[in-house]
Amino acid sequence: MKPLTFTLRSEPDERLDLSGLTPHKLHGMQPADIARLPIGTSRRPASVGDVFKVAGKDISNIVFSGGSARFDFVGAEMATGQIRVEGDVGARAGRRMSGGLLNIEGNAGLQAGSGMKNGRIEIGGDAGDGLGGPMAGEIHGMAGGLVIVGGRAGHRPGDKMRRGVIALLKGCGDYAGFGMTAGTIVAIGRVGLYPGHLMKRGSLLFDRRPAALSPTFIDCGRVDIVFPTLFDRYLMEDKILDRPLLGKKPFRFGGDNAVLGKGEIMFPRG
Amino acid sequence: MQELIRNGIEIDDTFAEAFGMRATAIIITAPSLKWARQAATTMTGFATSVIGCGCEAAIDIDIPASATPDGRPGCRVMIFAMGTDELQKQLKTRLGQCVLTSPGSACFSGLEGSASLDLGSSLRYFGDGWQISKKFGGKHYWRVPVMDGEFLCEAKTGLTKEAVGGGNLFLLAADGERALAAAERAVAAIEKIPGAIMPFPGGIVRSGSKIGGKYKGMMASTNDAYAPTLRGVTKSALGPGINAILEIVIDGQTSEAVAAAMRAGLKAVINFGPKRGALRISAGNYGGKLGKFHYHLRDLLP
Repeated sequence: MKPLTFTLRSEPDERLDLSGLTPHKLHGMQPADIARLPIGTSRRPASVGDVFKVAGKDISNIVFSGGSARFDFVGAEMATGQIRVEGDVGARAGRRMSGGLLNIEGNAGLQAGSGMKNGRIEIGGDAGDGLGGPMAGEIHGMAGGLVIVGGRAGHRPGDKMRRGVIALLKGCGDYAGFGMTAGTIVAIGRVGLYPGHLMKRGSLLFDRRPAALSPTFIDCGRVDIVFPTLFDRYLMEDKILDRPLLGKKPFRFGGDNAVLGKGEIMFPRG
Repeated sequence: MQELIRNGIEIDDTFAEAFGMRATAIIITAPSLKWARQAATTMTGFATSVIGCGCEAAIDIDIPASATPDGRPGCRVMIFAMGTDELQKQLKTRLGQCVLTSPGSACFSGLEGSASLDLGSSLRYFGDGWQISKKFGGKHYWRVPVMDGEFLCEAKTGLTKEAVGGGNLFLLAADGERALAAAERAVAAIEKIPGAIMPFPGGIVRSGSKIGGKYKGMMASTNDAYAPTLRGVTKSALGPGINAILEIVIDGQTSEAVAAAMRAGLKAVINFGPKRGALRISAGNYGGKLGKFHYHLRDLLP
């Protein structure tokens, strides 16, 4: 069966809320019903048929042929199946996602993976600020699952993160893991100011020593433990990285001692 | 009893009688195989029989560094008990006293089972608040800070209810030396069978038992029918040429593993021949009253 494909007719006139176009929300619907779904966010919102040409029947496998920075909430609350976007997306892609695969070939806007619980998000390009983070008023950000960003992430990736893994393959902006309570952030490349600021628990795993390490992180020395090897093997087996990140005896800093201080920053090179 | 002969060795047309058990397996790794095995042998010490030890345990197989979760040498340990609660209790105690304490060790699940048992989840409190929970790749680990670094332990391991305990072979020989030589051959062959362990010392039992005894409270007592010194004064199963008997006891993850182990043991003893080893091979059963698994030697012969 051919994937359910939404082919973008032209750049939309308004921001779109695509949270309804996930496998479990479209379950049992015919293409004509899908084309009538409202997705615009203006006073007279556009429907699916106004913006996309709809083809294919396999709703467990959704493709957006063409993307836009106005595509908000792509794959939000997705629980099963897969969604692939051949282009960019806007804000909060994969918000509160609980399963399945969301593959974004282009860039993602603000807060992709916001409050995500499970599943996998792959972003080929860059990601905006607050990757995996909470929306206003929420206590926790990402609570599980895996996010891989092929490009560079913005500021505060893993904001108030609680569980799960974020892998940033070309570094990120300032305050990675800001206020995180647990979980793991991996970054290859340059990381901005003060990673781990106010983190209580959790792991920040980098390929190099951060340039601006907060003074509230304390040097624990080079540690001889199994975890780095185990995690390196996981990253390679899951094809997130093609070579070890930490090696056998990485440097470790504990913090943030301004708060609970049970988090860690590890990196292989001094 | 019909006589079966293989390579000059008489094989009794009887069966080994075994019973259902609960079992789990873990993988212990360490900086070297020596230290992985040290943790494993310490953990499986005094675990010969559920009658007096609470569990039966032994190393199943060694695992090369390339095949372990953390890329260090390791071994797979299996533990058997009569019930899930006792198995969990034994696993927790032995893990905490023998693996957590062993230099450089780490511990992983060694079995995908129908249910799970606590591994790191029951030991994490040793970390006194400094323990770290890590979930990735669909697995949950606990990292407990210790004096040589960190004890890393998977949170759970699997439990199987399909396990079988009590597969056995009796090796009857002219003297103790030959009985031991034959038994060592059998043990070496069975050690290569994955999913089967031999919990007794070096895999060998000298004190085969019968159910109950004349003294109150004895769950088992000496198997007088197979005790050479009692030949003539008791209802003996032994002819004149037999002066020493050793038993191999096998617990398996599945009934198939027990059968495979017995088959390998039989083959090794038969190939070794009657001059240096066993003159006769038999098996222990209680007339079918002990358990539902019957392994007929006739069916397992090479």
